[in-house]
Amino acid sequence: MSAFRIPGKGRVCHDKPVRFTFDGKQYQGLEADTLASALLANGVHLVGRSFKYHRPRGIVSAGSEEPNALVGVSRGGGREEPNTRATLQEVYEGLTAISQNRWPCLHFDAGATADVLHRFLPAGFYYKTFMWPKRFWDRLYEPLIRRAAGLGVPPSEPDADHYASRYAHCDVLVVGAGPAGTAAALTAGRSGAQVILADEQAEIGGALLADDKVQIEDQTAADWLSAAQAELAALPNVRLLARTTAIGYYHQNMVGLAQRITDHLASPPADAPRERMWRVRAAQVVLAQGAIERPLVFHGNDRPGVMLAGAAQIYLNRYGVKPGKTVVVVTSHDSAWHTAFDLADAGTPIAAIIDTRPAIDPALTEAAAPRGIEALLSHTVTATSGRLRLRSIHVNAVTDGKVGGARLILCDTLLMSGGWTPSLHLFSHTQGKLAWDEASQSFLPDLKTEACHIAGGGRGLWGIENALQDGAKVGAEAAMAAGFNATAPALTTQNDRSGAGIIIAELPTDRGPQSTRSFVDLQNDVTSKDIRLAVHEGMHSIEHVKRYTTSGMATDQGKLANMNGLAIAAAAIGKPPPQVGLTTFRPPYTPTTFGTFAGYHQDDTFDITRKTPIDPWAADNGAVFEPVSLWRRAWYFPKPGEDMHAAVARECRATRNAVGIFDASTLGKIEVVGPDAVEFLNRLYTNPWTKLAPGRCRYGLLLGEDGYILDDGVIGRLSEDRFHVTTTTGGAARVLNMMEDYLQTEWPDLRVWLTSVTEQWATIALNGPNARKLLEPLVEGQDLSDEAFPHMSLADCTVAGFPARLFRVSFTGEMGFEVNVPARHGLALWQRLLGEGEAHDICPYGTETMHVLRAEKGFIVVGQDTDGTVTPGDANLGWAIGKRKPDFVGKRSLARPDLVDPNRKQLVGLLTDDPKVVLEEGAQLVDDPNRPIPMQMIGHVTSSYWSEALGRSIALALVEGGRMRMGETLYLPMASITHTAKVSRTVFYDPDGQRLSM
Amino acid sequence: MKVQAMAHFSAFSLLRNALTGHKHWPAQWPDALPKAEYDVIIVGAGGHGLAAAYYLAKEHGITNVAVIEKGWLGGGNTGRNTTIVRSNYLYDESARLYDHAIDLWDGLSQDLNYNVMFSQRGVMMLAHTVHDVQSFQRHIHSNRLNGVDNTWVTPQQAKEICPPLNISTDARYPVLGAAWQQRAGTARHDAVAWGYARAAAARGVDIVQNCPVTAIRRGPDGAVEGVETAKGFIKAKKVAVSAAGHTSVIMETAGVRLPLESFPLQALVSEPVKPIFPCVVMSNTVHAYISQSDKGELVIGSGTDQYTSYSQRGGLPLIEHTVAAICEMFPVFRRMRMLRKWGGIVDVTPDRSAILGKTPVQGLYVNCGWGTGGFKVTPGAGHTLAHTIARDDPHPINAPFTLERFTTGRLIDEAAAAAVAH
Repeated sequence: MSAFRIPGKGRVCHDKPVRFTFDGKQYQGLEADTLASALLANGVHLVGRSFKYHRPRGIVSAGSEEPNALVGVSRGGGREEPNTRATLQEVYEGLTAISQNRWPCLHFDAGATADVLHRFLPAGFYYKTFMWPKRFWDRLYEPLIRRAAGLGVPPSEPDADHYASRYAHCDVLVVGAGPAGTAAALTAGRSGAQVILADEQAEIGGALLADDKVQIEDQTAADWLSAAQAELAALPNVRLLARTTAIGYYHQNMVGLAQRITDHLASPPADAPRERMWRVRAAQVVLAQGAIERPLVFHGNDRPGVMLAGAAQIYLNRYGVKPGKTVVVVTSHDSAWHTAFDLADAGTPIAAIIDTRPAIDPALTEAAAPRGIEALLSHTVTATSGRLRLRSIHVNAVTDGKVGGARLILCDTLLMSGGWTPSLHLFSHTQGKLAWDEASQSFLPDLKTEACHIAGGGRGLWGIENALQDGAKVGAEAAMAAGFNATAPALTTQNDRSGAGIIIAELPTDRGPQSTRSFVDLQNDVTSKDIRLAVHEGMHSIEHVKRYTTSGMATDQGKLANMNGLAIAAAAIGKPPPQVGLTTFRPPYTPTTFGTFAGYHQDDTFDITRKTPIDPWAADNGAVFEPVSLWRRAWYFPKPGEDMHAAVARECRATRNAVGIFDASTLGKIEVVGPDAVEFLNRLYTNPWTKLAPGRCRYGLLLGEDGYILDDGVIGRLSEDRFHVTTTTGGAARVLNMMEDYLQTEWPDLRVWLTSVTEQWATIALNGPNARKLLEPLVEGQDLSDEAFPHMSLADCTVAGFPARLFRVSFTGEMGFEVNVPARHGLALWQRLLGEGEAHDICPYGTETMHVLRAEKGFIVVGQDTDGTVTPGDANLGWAIGKRKPDFVGKRSLARPDLVDPNRKQLVGLLTDDPKVVLEEGAQLVDDPNRPIPMQMIGHVTSSYWSEALGRSIALALVEGGRMRMGETLYLPMASITHTAKVSRTVFYDPDGQRLSM
Repeated sequence: MKVQAMAHFSAFSLLRNALTGHKHWPAQWPDALPKAEYDVIIVGAGGHGLAAAYYLAKEHGITNVAVIEKGWLGGGNTGRNTTIVRSNYLYDESARLYDHAIDLWDGLSQDLNYNVMFSQRGVMMLAHTVHDVQSFQRHIHSNRLNGVDNTWVTPQQAKEICPPLNISTDARYPVLGAAWQQRAGTARHDAVAWGYARAAAARGVDIVQNCPVTAIRRGPDGAVEGVETAKGFIKAKKVAVSAAGHTSVIMETAGVRLPLESFPLQALVSEPVKPIFPCVVMSNTVHAYISQSDKGELVIGSGTDQYTSYSQRGGLPLIEHTVAAICEMFPVFRRMRMLRKWGGIVDVTPDRSAILGKTPVQGLYVNCGWGTGGFKVTPGAGHTLAHTIARDDPHPINAPFTLERFTTGRLIDEAAAAAVAH
């Protein structure tokens, strides 16, 4: 047992030793230790180096507000991370931790040169230098700065763990399980309300875990807490979440909780997630986050061995660890006196208690005397010594504001308390208003924007009894607000050492301002001098001070620094703190693993992959896939030895010469139904729909309000009041949203209902001269002859015995049919058609062949041949506009001067002078390639393919005044070569459309 | 003319002041009380407004200028963005404007005598689909002919530039290649606002903070007479409004309606770590972009929220998606921790390009609608706005960015150029 561990004391398991290493050296801790308490038990205070000056730093706090004790933790094999708080990391057998931001080692760090040069490196120094010579910035200065900056070393391997997430709803969410939160949860839980109680610590209890004097309802705090824990655990309507940090408070009472599940385990179960994000929607939220102790600002307040008094009390009473051999306390608050008494009672010599206040409760000095503690009122600390560990301090009397001569006190530990700051981070996330409380020199909650309640220390109530009673009262209020009958128990205590204090940031000193280095933000090395320099240089907003000095921007996000920084800045500006203001607290409350935010969205489940019913067949048959929006689509079906070009050429030939089969199931499908369906489509699409007869279909064109093409697709009329609308694969959701938007906001009078049926139908396209021959014998209930079922018809029938919605349409220029069957029959029909198709030389084809075939016919693909700046006229689709319609979306915009300009970019064909050259899609067109850069461009290639049918390349392009340039030679200057091409019509194949009925 | 003495910043002055305890640095900009009248008033002390004031003074000799800010200077989108600077835009108009800005960025620290830490670390835009490849190739070809550097890199080349990048072909959105602009990079956002403020103040510009402008006053002839503010009426024959999403509110008081919508846009930083990320990487398909700051934090931007809002408080789902996207592209970052996230309000026009120039009201100028990309153009926007104000005539570079284009249809739709479908 080490010299600093008190046998039998605290909540650690004294019979369960745990071995761990820090910087390669092996230590022993106890189960339920944190890394910080275990190191302190071994007498280790020095754990890290500060960000800027690389000063040696020790453990300051016992919680998530820790600015100094950040370490790298590694389990190996993709389980390593930097910047872990030693004060939260629980020890386990084999834990491996290393110190950070030091080279070559923690005790001797070359980076500390910066500390020697600190005079030249005040706040914002980098804005004033590194400007000459100019090119040195990128090459020398910035790389140097970057190497010096940063804290830990980032992970080098992909994370081997996985993460989880859950939604939860409850009546009352209680954040923080100290006395207030526990009492609130008990009260609300007893009322029958669904309660979630979350706390960032390994066990619930908060301050009760570190107070062995107070009696609650005539029990010790530990016994009362055990009973409370047991009762909460037994209540079926209460969920206890330890190791769970409420990270952010969002709109409509949603709170994000980050739960750590395996970081404390020596051997985590293989399938357990490392962390879990809870998205809790609570009817009422109780914020019982307590208060955070303020450090004091004085010369040399950053040495290892200087610690918050409240933290020392936790290490003593919860972990059974003494912080040092000889302790001095410096404070402006009563609470630190009790820490000193507890330490003294546990056998730690207290050399002195230094209180800045001239007068205090005499009970305190009376309690100090018999313990042999010297009480120095109206005193200050003006210096400390000791490089890697505190050795001594200078203590001076303060009389009438004058600092007297220094007295040296030897000590290895200095405990400080500058009072307490209510923790209102989550309340601030709600954009709730804070009000300045002059008495406590702190901000307290004021106007609320969400259904939340603040209990205990969060609203400035100090002491265990206050917290318990306020928690119970607020818990009852929250439960009642959620509709339950609750009564607050009267929780009484004895020996509650609630005390008073004043808030003080900076201690009085006799040192000159130039030789004083008092740290406000310990991690970022911001001194009070830096803050005053910022104010002196005109930074009069607290945000400017923060950003100029980086105070409060370290990994503790100002939990320790902000209020001290504000006090010092306000004094320098000469305004009261509330007029200088507070910087905004931002989520997350404590730094939170990326993986926890990502949750299950990892690898294959990062985004869903939509697959058609025919996808398994494609996968089994060697398809190469391409992602199209969320879908994966078969791109082409290479046979052994074929490359993409050969496969596509073969698929094209087969479709033009026999029959090709294509999975078109990804096309968006929306059923538009209702007495006003036809009127709805008339208003939405450019085309006229009134005269479209049931059983017929038509190409539909959809514009945005700006008059540019948004989507297209075939729309079939099933009956008078029922339409089957198809959209592009990528546009399905967008079109449905647009339809709903217009229906709900612009034309709520229309009686129309919309149903997305994309995934209800599997769609199989058959194209080619053999298409009808293949299909005809399988169809019942519809004559497929040209007379009975001409191009652009649709019918309900059965195909191969499956109920089908059959379209005669073509995106290839060949005779074409699209068979829609219920999705569950899609694969069976596909296989049947393939089997029957063998006799007709059937060939499956993918999206690439689909693209080639449609380009040969000059059919556009929205999003490829259009880009959101293309009008129907530009795309040669002027015919699709219903000229006699009074209105449709985008009609007014089409009349704007620039949209009727004859020199607009228009879709044309391009035939390269060298027929073997397949142009690059996106290549730019010029009419004179000899102009200098920047060169005047007149258009670009939108689609470009090798056309197997024509034995040459073809391309589509948008070209300024393109339709007036037929036959003109244009140039495509590439990086190393300039291609030439002649403007042509867009229909390269079968311009008269004779093949549609072949 | 009152001119504030500006202490020259240099390694030497830093050294000299260190020896005298840094007591002699003057205020970087004085807190000015508004005078009764100015030649030019600029509403909004963000980077854009301050840059305009600086260039008015420096290049046009107009120093009787006030920049009026409702909060603290640089506190809007200037201090909230992810600091990316690039110019590889598709259309001639945008490429010219953003490239003009890059030319000004290069050397801005020296011009302002303030280290804005412009770092040309390169910006990589990842292509994940065939459609992305087509779109980026179009950009690259257009950029080449416009004299803007932007080259195609293969997945292997991308990995060499940016080692943490996952180029596995098994990824949900595999990297098929990327567009790479070497001249692009990042800058220190606050320093840009402070540098312009200090340099403008040194040339006589008044910077008035904590002074909301409530209305623009027009005379009987319709021309601008000045602005109503929380500190009273201030006279000026020329007023330029450069107030991001609130521009539309202020312009409405002059009877000018602007086609602006405001959306929350969120960003976040990780805890600081040692250098690991050498450039900027953007992915439009998975909606995330990332770089590492000089301080060591990973700076990550997300897409806009779905709904319009003035609330600088984004929701959780979007951030979850953004972080998931970053972890997909860079699986080594999954154990990194988010330190802080925040929201800004971006003002978006129908074609997602800015409105920068004159308005139908005599003496009233406007600069807004930069959407998610306003920081990168700060020097260019300020420079051309100053020209427009001084000459009452737009600079050729900002001439296309008119308000009238929404009437004529002559849009500059960069977002549409990246449209996705089929």
